[in-house]
Amino acid sequence: MSELKKLSLIVALLIAIIMLLTAFVPGMIGLTPEWGGADAVAANKIGEMSDYKPWFSPLWEPPSGEIETLLFSLQAAIGAGIIGYIAGLYTGRKEKNRDQP
Amino acid sequence: MEGFLPNPWWEIWFALSLPVVAYGVYRMNNLIKEQRDTLPLLAVAGAFIFVLSSLKLPSVTGSCSHPTGTGFGAIIFGPGITSVISIIVLLYQALLLAHGGITTLGANVFSMGIAGPFVAYLAYKTLRGIAGFNIAVFAAATLGDLATYVTTSIQLALAFPAPVGGIMRSFLGFSCIFAITQVPLALIEGLVTMLLLRYLLALKPDVFSAFHISDKSKLAEA
Repeated sequence: MSELKKLSLIVALLIAIIMLLTAFVPGMIGLTPEWGGADAVAANKIGEMSDYKPWFSPLWEPPSGEIETLLFSLQAAIGAGIIGYIAGLYTGRKEKNRDQP
Repeated sequence: MEGFLPNPWWEIWFALSLPVVAYGVYRMNNLIKEQRDTLPLLAVAGAFIFVLSSLKLPSVTGSCSHPTGTGFGAIIFGPGITSVISIIVLLYQALLLAHGGITTLGANVFSMGIAGPFVAYLAYKTLRGIAGFNIAVFAAATLGDLATYVTTSIQLALAFPAPVGGIMRSFLGFSCIFAITQVPLALIEGLVTMLLLRYLLALKPDVFSAFHISDKSKLAEA
């Protein structure tokens, strides 16, 4: 097995362990996880600390959670597409060089 | 967090970010003119930020946050150019997702585009000779991600000092929300960044040599 494959397996395994710990640690240390956004938690904290009111609102908000999910997925898809395209481009060039020494 | 930074803080962070972004634009122009073959890597750096900052991951604190993905760009291109790329994704999220914000753009560029990449860049340069390539990249991306959220905590603490205990107390509070939540996410970012960099380096080592990045381990030819 190539070193890169080994490295990929190790990375996948470590990420799986981190996600498993994430699922169980909050309960073990007595938290009741809500899995909300950290920035919403921070906004609440600011509300508790002071009577601050945001002075500007987003110009446009996704009309629903579904549409928000759509736009987040689109963001990931655009990024993954570009990475995949360029990794493929490099792979193709590498193989071409190998064929024509 | 649109509208959450009061006057004068949002202006201050815009003012602090502006010269770095200007320097980044200058660096990027030079890169595009002189090293056109590195453009695909620039695209990957931007695309990596797109993917990672779209992934809202759960964390051990019971809330969710997302990685930044800026370590990859910072290690290859440095913090200047990375600050410019990060603006694209910050604008996407501010305009289409009501995430981040236009008024807080200066602060977000500073934390995600400048402070994080700067720490990642320094960490990579420092550790490269000592700890080896994999560890240096992993540590750089992890520390850069953490630095972004520590900076966010500082920014909020400065704008909202606690009535009792002041800025320091407030900073500890925001750190618990942002920086602690970020620890497992930062580790994941470090791992994925290291893997992507190793993968591209094995495919196209020559394009990295322009940035003095090479993997000297004998197993690089994967």
